[in-house]
Amino acid sequence: MVVTNQLKNQHLLWRAGFGPMAEDLGQLATASQKSYFQALTKASKKQPQYLDLADNYIKGLMMGIDEIGRTQKKELNDEEKKKLRQSSRESIKSLNLAWLNEMIHSEAQLREKMSLFWHGHFASRNLNILYQQQLLDGIRRNALGNFGEMLKEVSKSAAMINFLNNNQNKKDHPNENFAREVMELFTMGRGNYTENDVKEAARAFTGWGANVKGEFVFRKYVHDEGEKKILGKSGQFDGDDVLNILLEQKATANYVTKKIFRYFVNEQVDEEKVNWLASRFYQSNYDIQALMQDIFTSDWFYHEKNIGAKIKSPIELIVGIRRMIPMQLQNEDVQLLVQRLLGQILFYPPNVAGWPGGKNWIDSSSLMFRLRLPQLIHDDEAINLSPKSDDDQQMGMKEDAKNMEKGNKGKMNANKIVRQQIMADINWQPFLEKFAKVPKEKLTTEISKTLLQTASGPSKQLLEGQADKSNRESFIKTVTIALMATPEYQLC
Amino acid sequence: MLFKRKEFLQIGSLATASFMVPKFLKAFEKGQFVPPGNKVLVVLQLSGGNDGLNTVIPVQNDLYYKARPRLGIQKNNALLLNDEVGLHPALSGFKDLYADGSLGILNNVGYPNPDRSHFRSMDIWQSGSKSDEYVYTGWIGRYLDAQCSGCDKPTQALEIDDTLSLALKGEQAKGLAMKDPRRLYGTSNEKFFKDVLADHKDEAGEQPVDYLYKTMAETVSSADYIFQQSRLHPTNASYPNSGLGQSLKTIASLIFSDINTKVYYVSLGSFDTHINQGAQQQRLFAEMNDAIAAFVKDLKSNNRFQDVLLMSFSEFGRRVAQNASGGTDHGTANNMFFVSGGLKQKGVLNPLPDLTDLNEGDLKHNIDFKQVYATVLNNWLGTNAEKILGKRYDHLGFV
Repeated sequence: MVVTNQLKNQHLLWRAGFGPMAEDLGQLATASQKSYFQALTKASKKQPQYLDLADNYIKGLMMGIDEIGRTQKKELNDEEKKKLRQSSRESIKSLNLAWLNEMIHSEAQLREKMSLFWHGHFASRNLNILYQQQLLDGIRRNALGNFGEMLKEVSKSAAMINFLNNNQNKKDHPNENFAREVMELFTMGRGNYTENDVKEAARAFTGWGANVKGEFVFRKYVHDEGEKKILGKSGQFDGDDVLNILLEQKATANYVTKKIFRYFVNEQVDEEKVNWLASRFYQSNYDIQALMQDIFTSDWFYHEKNIGAKIKSPIELIVGIRRMIPMQLQNEDVQLLVQRLLGQILFYPPNVAGWPGGKNWIDSSSLMFRLRLPQLIHDDEAINLSPKSDDDQQMGMKEDAKNMEKGNKGKMNANKIVRQQIMADINWQPFLEKFAKVPKEKLTTEISKTLLQTASGPSKQLLEGQADKSNRESFIKTVTIALMATPEYQLC
Repeated sequence: MLFKRKEFLQIGSLATASFMVPKFLKAFEKGQFVPPGNKVLVVLQLSGGNDGLNTVIPVQNDLYYKARPRLGIQKNNALLLNDEVGLHPALSGFKDLYADGSLGILNNVGYPNPDRSHFRSMDIWQSGSKSDEYVYTGWIGRYLDAQCSGCDKPTQALEIDDTLSLALKGEQAKGLAMKDPRRLYGTSNEKFFKDVLADHKDEAGEQPVDYLYKTMAETVSSADYIFQQSRLHPTNASYPNSGLGQSLKTIASLIFSDINTKVYYVSLGSFDTHINQGAQQQRLFAEMNDAIAAFVKDLKSNNRFQDVLLMSFSEFGRRVAQNASGGTDHGTANNMFFVSGGLKQKGVLNPLPDLTDLNEGDLKHNIDFKQVYATVLNNWLGTNAEKILGKRYDHLGFV
């Protein structure tokens, strides 16, 4: 396989972002990787805008708590909790779509891609919109900053404290959940600490809590002041001390770097490269931008074996298509259905370990839906599939129940087919323009090279055999949609 | 193709049945002489956390009625199995199964340090892991890994749904999800997909692209195979027109064919009855009851009931006490049903939950669900459960 300059640029844009935009296509062949990386870095340095999608009910409720705060009201009553859950659920959908839009349109591609990585690393299923948007903001602000600072901010976020039960972690009644996961999944990884380290660390985190508004609170009266022994050190440690001890461990730099390597470079880990990166990451005191620069400016990153070697996550697939062929969706919510059918819903990771990725994305149904997706976007055909229900999200308020209320007592649930259409208005213009000067006989090859990262792909005969040849425009469109419907397009 | 000897013997018996025996002779096979080893498991997942205490009702227990003054099911409404145990009034078919000796009820099934999130607890049940482990494969998926290296079609485990559950995802092999054989066939038989497959140079490499093509090829050939099998002996018994009814009808037609499927997986829900539990559980149980009654009748009339084990589970039970909204909140241990003509132990298999010994208002489990898996894997599916579950669990005696 000849690794052309264009292929290298596409590789960078897919890994350090969500793939090329239609508008970018002109420069792909000529620009250097260095200039692309500089542009990505520059755009990603800007502070992200806080994505605030909480609806007015929730904001009113929180303002009310501020006022009542003086009269010692700290908890919501049942009715308020119920309404909070319902509006949170709706607001989290909006947050999902708002962030998805950032991934599609933001120039800060590297930041958003890193944020998606950290969103899976610091995975939190939490049904409170305020907590979720705070956590997301903390991740987006620190995505390319200092890992230690991000770790501390995340550890003190209401989303994580609630998800990992640290509000229940009290002196003499420790709850080890947070202490265990912070070691196993956020920093060192298994095999580098003992059960006793977990127990002792849990004592240090006692008293770390969050209030209803999502602010961190330190409850001194439930904090265990005693001496703890953690990873060979002894002292009257508190939570911050433990996080510092974890950051002092080289195992933390190794674990995080290996995960980043697998996500951004190749699932097949090159131990030598990882060790080199990890030691520099450690020496830089966990400077994430520097680590990513080490990766994306290295020669080996652009080696043939790393190109086209990754199975796109559902989010990468959706965002990538929307960048390449810009479109307006009449019903943005349909993207939530697509996420559910493909197995990755933003803000609903399967568990605290995040999405496993790689081959785990693929089974016969998810693959066939991926292959049908471009056609569904192009043709307004009905999706005709129902995702599994998620009772954590639905809280017993399943669509079924709503149907019942409406008197629709006939056929419900399992076999109910969701007749949703994607209904996209694709703006083909920027894409078509990029191929305006390509001679007809070279069109298929050029489009293939732009869309696919793999060494080989479907043959010209196959693609042209089913293309609409009535005019040049239709030809380009149908070849593009066909290419996006191949196994090769699932890779980047 | 490379078969391990054991697999060859199993698949071989099916292959003989389907290819070498003239059609008219097959009729005889449908009698008493079903090939040994041709056991089938049907897993029924009750999604949302079914309230076990209102499913199998401790009709003599004052503590039950005290904890549920509004929601408790009175003895005279329950379908009594004996002096102590009643079933939910919608489960008349299960009472018949009990009388017939084809129902097993296992109480107090759960796992240590239970999680009350639906998703997480379902994850634990489907992966067959401990509550502080994160495992990316399911117990049936790992059964496929152990059983099917070299299988060319992922049809040994089928889920009747549009998307595949974690339970059926292995490291190497994965089950296949489909709601309807005809629709699956229609989708995967699009000319373009067949052309793409034909166009691809078959390189059985280790690259992700090879994995994608392999999955695609398996899906297309499985879709053909399933569709053809589903038309060999389609059941003409009558099934309720509900979701579960139609799913079990599909399963029955496949069981009557020569398909190599060992495990079927199907879900019903949502049992997440925080509010108005009465109506919702009644509606879901009616669906479950009618569908399973039809399924059992159909299996019996085709002499296959002794080869089929249907097992129900839910990610957790619910709290002992009712809540203020006519419902119950998330709990812990729960009961499971086993329905089969081939049970070795029948009826109520162990004592009802001890309501005097609760953990902060929740039932304590005394049977780990992984013991149930181990039993089914070893004694019903004839495989090495220890390898699949990563640990040896004591077996139970129901099969």
